[in-house]
Amino acid sequence: MKKVLILIFILILTLFMVFCTQKSTSIDIAGSTTVLPIVQAIAEIFMDLNPEINVSVRGGGSSIGIKSAIDETIDIGNSSREIKDNEIEILQEKNKELKKIAIAQDAITMIVHKSNKIKNLSIVQLKKIYSGKITNWKELGGNNKNIIVISRDVSSGSFEVFYEKALKNSKLLTNCMMLASNNAVAGTVSYTPGAIGYVGRGYANQKHNILSLENISPTTKNVLNKTYPLSRKLFIFTTEQNKKTVDMFINFVLSEKGQEIVEKQGYVKIVNN
Amino acid sequence: MKNFNEKVFKAITHIAALFTIACLGGIIITIFHEGFPILKYAGLIEFFGVEWHPTHFPADFGITALIIGSVVVTIGALLIAIPFGVGSAIYISEIAGNRTKEIIKPIIELLAGIPSVVYGLFGMAFLAPFLIKVFGIPNGLNALSASIILGVMVIPIISSMSEDALSSVPKSLREASLALGATKWETIIKVVLPAAKTGVMGSIILGFGRAIGETMVVIMVAGGAAQIPTSLFQPVRPMTAAVASEMGETVIGSPHFHALYGISVVLFIITFITNFITEFVFLKRRNK
Repeated sequence: MKKVLILIFILILTLFMVFCTQKSTSIDIAGSTTVLPIVQAIAEIFMDLNPEINVSVRGGGSSIGIKSAIDETIDIGNSSREIKDNEIEILQEKNKELKKIAIAQDAITMIVHKSNKIKNLSIVQLKKIYSGKITNWKELGGNNKNIIVISRDVSSGSFEVFYEKALKNSKLLTNCMMLASNNAVAGTVSYTPGAIGYVGRGYANQKHNILSLENISPTTKNVLNKTYPLSRKLFIFTTEQNKKTVDMFINFVLSEKGQEIVEKQGYVKIVNN
Repeated sequence: MKNFNEKVFKAITHIAALFTIACLGGIIITIFHEGFPILKYAGLIEFFGVEWHPTHFPADFGITALIIGSVVVTIGALLIAIPFGVGSAIYISEIAGNRTKEIIKPIIELLAGIPSVVYGLFGMAFLAPFLIKVFGIPNGLNALSASIILGVMVIPIISSMSEDALSSVPKSLREASLALGATKWETIIKVVLPAAKTGVMGSIILGFGRAIGETMVVIMVAGGAAQIPTSLFQPVRPMTAAVASEMGETVIGSPHFHALYGISVVLFIITFITNFITEFVFLKRRNK
């Protein structure tokens, strides 16, 4: 008998909790891990300002962000790349439209170990390193040390942009290390003397040497005037569902205050043109 | 009323058992159904080729480097885990006094309770820089560091199961051996260990299954390069790491998607065989 009472109690509690969460309005966000820190930080401030709205942010990767936004299982999908053709096809099949909003800019930043003397690479040299045609720092005027080439996993949006803009669609060398996150790349480069890797600008710090490309360093100015070769935009996607809270959130992201947070996270603000 | 309760309970356990079997069946059907279409794109010879460039155009889906990556780190892990695991089992079961036993046993079993992501973090943040500093190797995330971390993870499995096997060897065997004038060492090596052989072997095979199926640690520590390693200090990309880190962004129904399921099929067959062997070994012991 006692057990039955406990069961009933638990049931009531669950129902109660379910109703509670449904009452407050919520915004569900998922997608790219590069965009995650920005949206997470903005969501926290947004929730402080609007306590009645609950914003939940998850990772998952750019494709999952876009796919879930199309399926409307979430309200906003994050992506560190543009929408792909096959995703547009799915959209057309379902007769839906997806709104693309650029919320920040990022520079894919090349980092090497502190002890490395190299300060600058050309895009051609970069391509040769990542396709295995240059294997020693000596060939670039550095110390006689084998190059440890580090890349992000093929599933990351950063890889896709790097593959297109730096590797120019040539084949990645087979002994290139593929790491799962920006943090893993940044950490490994910081303690591996021969290493080179690429990360989102927010992840490069004093523990690495930051390389300039074609003598252009990844500064805010060079990203804004589009001279840095590996710059890219970060996006959020949403379907037109006329949800007031979602519009509120997007406006907040694009507001001065939201863009301040973007810069605080190490990224570059978006310029509307 | 009592009879009714009895029947309800029986039905619940019945459903629980059937549910597990249904899950297994579902998993098998899914991975084989999604895995076989890769042969349409790649063919058997290409699928077991060397080059793995799944997102390149044209793509290469050769998984041999991935299989070798898995095998290398697993064997490395066992080479580390077997001496420590079986050694600690012998110490706990045969040599340690009751009090030490009660302290050491739970501590070793505690190792099994640590989440694998914590092991991975430890490998990335501590072991890899440590290996670079001490041995002067160029790269800290490699087959060796993955083997070490996996080995430590497998120790508690081998240790606690071997210890159970050693403890269940009848006391009379030890007494007989000692009475014949054998030393304690000789008794352990020549009498107790052979008597517990099947249990110890079973623990090693289970440890093998754990090491080859582990995902988080190899994603974080093995380095992720899809190459056939020529030394232990080179990065590798085990099968589980490839599936887990690439599945997130593949388009459902694409060749890459089916290739990852194809890897799952290979992995499933390997673990199925090891489980089958374990079961076989244990059945043999029970029938004795």
